[in-house]
Amino acid sequence: MDQKININKQVDIQPKKKKKRVTSDQLLAVGFLLPSFILLLIFVYGFIGWTGWVSLSNWNTLVPDFSFAGLKNYIYLFGDYRFQADLRNTIFFTILFIGLVIVMGLLLSALIDQKIKGETFFRNVFLFPMALSFVVTGVVWQWLLNPSTGFNQFLEVFGIQPKWYTDTTILAGFEWGSIEFGLPVAIIAVVIAAVWQMTGFSLAMYLAGLRGIPEELREAARIDGASEFQIYRKVILPMLTPITVSVVIIMAHISLKIFDLIYAMTGSGANFVTDVPGVYMFETTFRGNYYANGSAIAIIMLLLVAVFIVPYLLTNRRGDN
Amino acid sequence: MKKLFSLFLLVLSALIFVGCSSDSSSDGEGDGANDAGEDNKKVEIFSWWTGAGEEDGLLALIDLFKEKHPEVEVDNAAISGGAGTNAKAVLATRMQGDDPPSTFQVHGGDELNEGWVAADKMQPLNDFFEEQGWMDKFPQDLIDMVSKDGNIYSVPVNIHRGNVMFYNMDIFEEHGIEIPTTFDEFFAAADKLQEAGVTPLALGDKEAWTATQLFENILLGVLEPEDYTALFNGEIPFDDEGVVEAAEIFKKTLDYVNEDHASRNWQDASQLVGNGEAAMINMGDWAKGYFSNDLNLETNEDFGYFPNPETVGEFVIITDTFGLPKGIDNEEETKEFLAVLGSVEGQDVFNPLKGSIPARLDADPSKYDQYGKDTMEDFSEAKLVPTLAHGSAAPEGFLTKVNQAVNIFVTQRDVDTFIDTLKKAASDL
Repeated sequence: MDQKININKQVDIQPKKKKKRVTSDQLLAVGFLLPSFILLLIFVYGFIGWTGWVSLSNWNTLVPDFSFAGLKNYIYLFGDYRFQADLRNTIFFTILFIGLVIVMGLLLSALIDQKIKGETFFRNVFLFPMALSFVVTGVVWQWLLNPSTGFNQFLEVFGIQPKWYTDTTILAGFEWGSIEFGLPVAIIAVVIAAVWQMTGFSLAMYLAGLRGIPEELREAARIDGASEFQIYRKVILPMLTPITVSVVIIMAHISLKIFDLIYAMTGSGANFVTDVPGVYMFETTFRGNYYANGSAIAIIMLLLVAVFIVPYLLTNRRGDN
Repeated sequence: MKKLFSLFLLVLSALIFVGCSSDSSSDGEGDGANDAGEDNKKVEIFSWWTGAGEEDGLLALIDLFKEKHPEVEVDNAAISGGAGTNAKAVLATRMQGDDPPSTFQVHGGDELNEGWVAADKMQPLNDFFEEQGWMDKFPQDLIDMVSKDGNIYSVPVNIHRGNVMFYNMDIFEEHGIEIPTTFDEFFAAADKLQEAGVTPLALGDKEAWTATQLFENILLGVLEPEDYTALFNGEIPFDDEGVVEAAEIFKKTLDYVNEDHASRNWQDASQLVGNGEAAMINMGDWAKGYFSNDLNLETNEDFGYFPNPETVGEFVIITDTFGLPKGIDNEEETKEFLAVLGSVEGQDVFNPLKGSIPARLDADPSKYDQYGKDTMEDFSEAKLVPTLAHGSAAPEGFLTKVNQAVNIFVTQRDVDTFIDTLKKAASDL
């Protein structure tokens, strides 16, 4: 806090010295920022506010109805079978997706970092899926994991026939609200597709991180008698923490908002085993004309993402200062 | 120098910014001017007909209109994707913003009546129908479907039938199966097929409407048209024993569908029937186009069709219609377009390409294939009922909730919960 004030003071002092020049500079800066600031204010924050307002209204028909409904839409959603299933799916999808992306990214980057031959080739191979859109990934994996046409024709040799995303079992399920809470097996298929696409990203991040760790540190550890495994566990992993945090944040907001992959690959799924809030929001708003309900889902999604992003932004700001 | 350059940049960006905004606003004004001035010579037709046959039909219709009215410009504002979902979302935005297209595609029934008419966005067309002499050219049941409180609000272009069972003729022949007309016969045939290792019924409910359509057909079979209509008018409650019975039959039917139904859409499911893995599929008659055009199968040789069990003589209608929104300034031209749309000539140009049958009773059957002729004959004689699965029997909001309930039911098979959910959803009607 003290530091901050100091900085501000310094800024304050400067204009006094060369008053005129700084003012025109500031003007210029303001002039540059103003258009995008105004656009942002209207088209991002304005509409977030508007969505929030609609979510508190009675607008659940074609004709707008802005009479105040209080938290009616939220109460409805949290009692709704489909929305409860959505929350369950989002939780498990996010945990599995982020966990696997980090583990796979770390593993692959550690392997690529071994100064192997054809490093560029492998790096590109792993990065390529990222160049695709989620819709393409969705369609491809829909066929790969289709129980009757895809990967299963290969697995048939071993006598296993997983049902992938058409499986409706909930692992370790127990009654919770109106749904069965547990890991929906079908979501694993979606996680595989999402991990396949996004691992390249965490691989690139970790590779950059690994390259940033000076060789001397490893040498020092080796001289101290640490095994390679210990070096990774005690030296390298802790140094990669900031990267892990970034990966988690970026993956969390992707997974909480996911829509296109699910929409293209599985849809809501039987018994809503692969449904997510994004898909529900789209269908209830634009098919059912439940605008207020849809807005409420949007606001809940925003809050979910904020839980991850806001602490990150706050720590980042502190770090900058 | 540097400062001068950045000042220059600033001015430039400001100019671009101002330029953009004034550009777009002048665009808007330009559109308005086109609509209002320039002798009102423009009709904008809004639809979601962008698929193979349907786009050809629409373009042929527009050509016909241009031939008759060369002075009027036609703007084909079709929006693709999502079985009309995208188009409906855009339409809703435009209607709410008081910027309606000249005329737009809408399913007859509640999608029109409880949607745009109830929202007070449509103009009645009674005089127009009288003027064109159409009152006895369309079936009365159909006119009722596009009317609310005695006013007619749109012109039907085509009819699709929603209660058809397509079947693989080779399989039926091989296993000696007669066309089932009752549920008992259907289940007997299904048992026989299942024992022989053939999937009796193909289902692809990746999108929920296919299962809803199957349920709706069973519901019609159990309730018969009078009670079916009464159900959606709120005269019969959703926990009526007929509905419960239909749910039970639906539940039993689901025992006979392909295991991977949740991964397939209706085309993928139809393929199962086409290549002989499954014997039957309940589908609207757009599946006929898929069988003959996409799978290259011969009608009445490779695949056949019959009404869903216990719906013989009943016809579930899906009809695309076009109406006249309020607040457009080219009413005259739009009405001329609607006149072409509702004429025998217009309907016979459009429907053979789209693979549907004309909404008029006096169209020329020779322009249609065997399937079309059969359906036209049924259409003129059968009892017509609106479809639930495609938004004619109930508002979209109710349909969304039914789709959700059906999705859950297909997995859980819990009749009590299903009926409860339907009843709760109906209470919001």
